[in-house]
Amino acid sequence: MLTKKVLGLSSVVILLVVGIFIASCQNTDSTGENKAETNSEATTAKQNGNLSASADQIAAERNLSPKDVEAALKTYMPSGKYDDYIMFSSGGHSGQVFVIGVPSMRLLKVIAAFTPEPWQGFGYGSEESMKLLEDGNMASGTELRWADTHHPALTETDGEYDGQFLFINDKANARVAVIDLRDFETKQMIKTPNIISDHGSTFVTPNSEYVIQASQYATPLPFEEYATMDEYQEKFRGVMALHKFDREKGRIVEEGSFQIELPPYWQDLCDAGKKVSDGWIFCNSINTELATGGIEQGLPPFEAGVSQRDMDYMHVINLNKAAEVAKQPGKTTEINGVKVISLETAISEGLLYFIPEPKSPHGVDVAPGGEYLVVSGKLDTHATIYSFEKIQKAIKDENFEGNDVYGVPILNYNDVVAAQLEIGLGPLHTQFDGDGNAYTSVFIESTLAKWKLGPPYNTGDEAWTLTEKVPVQYNIGHTVCAEGDTVSPDGKYCVALNKWSIDRFTNVGPLLPQNFQLIDVSGDKMQVLYDMPIGIGEPHYVQMIKADKLNPFSVYPEVGYNPGTMSVDPNAAKAGQEKIVRSDGKVEVWMSAIRSHFNPEHITVKEGDEVILHITNVERARDATHGFAIEGYNVNLSLEPGEANTVKFKADQPGVFPFYCSEFCSALHLEMMGYLLVEPKNN
Amino acid sequence: MTEKLKENELILGPRIPQELWEKEKKRFLIPSIIMILAAFILFISIFLPYWKLTLFAPQYPDGLEATMYVNRLSGDIQEIDGLNHYIGMKPMGEAAVLERTLSIFMIAGLILLIVGTLFVHSPFALFLCIPAILYPAFFLADLYFWMRTFGMNLDSNAPLSNAIEPFVPPLFGEGKIAQFLTVASWEIGLYMSFAASILIIVGLYYHRKAYKPLIVGSNSN
Repeated sequence: MLTKKVLGLSSVVILLVVGIFIASCQNTDSTGENKAETNSEATTAKQNGNLSASADQIAAERNLSPKDVEAALKTYMPSGKYDDYIMFSSGGHSGQVFVIGVPSMRLLKVIAAFTPEPWQGFGYGSEESMKLLEDGNMASGTELRWADTHHPALTETDGEYDGQFLFINDKANARVAVIDLRDFETKQMIKTPNIISDHGSTFVTPNSEYVIQASQYATPLPFEEYATMDEYQEKFRGVMALHKFDREKGRIVEEGSFQIELPPYWQDLCDAGKKVSDGWIFCNSINTELATGGIEQGLPPFEAGVSQRDMDYMHVINLNKAAEVAKQPGKTTEINGVKVISLETAISEGLLYFIPEPKSPHGVDVAPGGEYLVVSGKLDTHATIYSFEKIQKAIKDENFEGNDVYGVPILNYNDVVAAQLEIGLGPLHTQFDGDGNAYTSVFIESTLAKWKLGPPYNTGDEAWTLTEKVPVQYNIGHTVCAEGDTVSPDGKYCVALNKWSIDRFTNVGPLLPQNFQLIDVSGDKMQVLYDMPIGIGEPHYVQMIKADKLNPFSVYPEVGYNPGTMSVDPNAAKAGQEKIVRSDGKVEVWMSAIRSHFNPEHITVKEGDEVILHITNVERARDATHGFAIEGYNVNLSLEPGEANTVKFKADQPGVFPFYCSEFCSALHLEMMGYLLVEPKNN
Repeated sequence: MTEKLKENELILGPRIPQELWEKEKKRFLIPSIIMILAAFILFISIFLPYWKLTLFAPQYPDGLEATMYVNRLSGDIQEIDGLNHYIGMKPMGEAAVLERTLSIFMIAGLILLIVGTLFVHSPFALFLCIPAILYPAFFLADLYFWMRTFGMNLDSNAPLSNAIEPFVPPLFGEGKIAQFLTVASWEIGLYMSFAASILIIVGLYYHRKAYKPLIVGSNSN
């Protein structure tokens, strides 16, 4: 009797507790967010119901063909929806990197890489960015404030993009920048010693141990040494720079970095081997003629001289062995603080071999499995495919057709070629998909050509066949396909990176934008979907990564974060501890920024004082960025939530200078200001 | 000696005779188990949220949350404080400082009092339980007091002081402050404290049922 009662009672208690749990859980579920979602679903359903009639009407009014409508449906990104892929595009003359969503082709950001950029506060007073730009100056001190960025390279793990870092080169001055993809900001800038121009850069090895940078226009080694054009063959040289990347530090490090001296053949694009060819580097060259120009003296101009021979040389470099040699004492010479393996040593140690390749090639692109190297000579109509296995065999058997003038062994073309495929006029650069297809940009005839790789990708009659070409507008340079240079390309989308746009856009004057054309490659037929004008510089190479591989901060993880060190700055200003400290000839301020005020708001200094401002944005909310601009002093910082930065300047102009928040942070943004009062000296 | 014992019995109530305990264990165990359960639930509630305020506005698509525990606040407090400064409301951390500091000790005290009914077999057990029974109501009353104090005393020098009239945010349900839709909800901890109150009342019923006959019996003796 009593037992029954106890049992009955305890079940009541349990039910009561469970009921409370359920009630409170339901309570948490009924948030506004869920309400919003249900609402939008309802609206979508309603709109779908009306789609056909109104859509037809719009298509008719706008004169859109069914193909156009299909393309629109494939690219349109509704508000608040995200792209599947993200492209990192070289910014050409802008010296920056563009971040673009695919398939919407929306420009998401321009990352300041080499060139001062005010919105990001890059090069307008922030200590961190001023130091970076200084690192990118010439050793002589000459300031470099533009760059010609060509080839971005995402860090890779086992040949797959890992979304951690991005490298970008500056062809004009032979520099490399390292961008951290946690905050999409440049962290390091290197002026590579000894070379002054590069093109085969940046490319990374499958685990990003090395960043490859090959010089382009040959100069004496180092370029600071004077020589005349008559001494070209004797004194001019090319260089392969191998920058060791320390992933932990997120920096290129001196330890382990080295260079290899090369003949002055104008090394062009390069690629690192992958999978079976991991540990090797392949580079094209275009001036094996050793042409020296001189049109003004009646000599053949470069354009003719460089294109004389039918064949140039693909450079095959044994990276693993070279890294070993670079470590051995006496095998390198130090030039401007960098270990350089001489051409002589490179030959005697078996680090460098040449393979004849159709003249003036551009891309040398390694197939996903690493078995094939696809070379496209822009003055030859073919894609020439070399077998890595055959190359290895020829090297092992020392089966050489001879040596070049510097003594570099040349492999026999017929021994190492796997196939040659007629593509069209001016093939440049090749990407791959996951189904054994290759996509080659064809510059002169303005097409993207799709063709089938040989075994193991395709066998029988299918192997090495051209399947389709799609016209692009116009003069395609590089192309990029989704993860198209990794060990597992995705296919789906390719983008034609067109050099000319001619009639594609509204005329905006004689300097025309470039044209990025999105192409759907998922179906049987390639379809051009969308034109994206690029009006900020002429991009070259682009890489396209699956968007979900990127995992950047939404705000800096802690208040007082220094983006330069990617850690909390012990000297950062803290909320509640703002102060102004004066010493002789120096005023140091610890300032906080929060919607909608700076603290302190009055800073009085004497003319000639050195002013140091440590400013921390103490916000934790997403998008609560503050700017800090001082009028008349060429200062502008961008302080993202949590960021701490420092600006130093000499108060050399007396007067009253308002400073203000240059980001529209809040309704009281206009009021977020203060005064810098610079008292004249003789007062 | 006998006098003193009797005095103790007046407050503590009679002890259970050995043979009766052997015979009717369950009669005496039921109130004890219920009281221990109530004390346990109250103890667990210390670690769980009592109250939550969620704010929605166009520029906060994920909403802002302030979650209240007996001894702390968590969630987007900095952001909410930042917004509140525009209307001249004091930072939330300045509210109920004493209550939050003492809360753990106070709840520990309530638990001890509840457990005390295991040893107090007289009607005094009711007095031991009254604080714990009233505790959730006290919590809400105190919350209301602070909401009222903060909402009605806005700094008249604040940037938006002209745009916002003093207000009392709701203790439960939806409200509207400037562009924000506010949703106040009672959370699991508070519900548990209510459950503890109910359990205590039920426990007291069985307590009375178990011990009253003993007291009546001893009085008639």
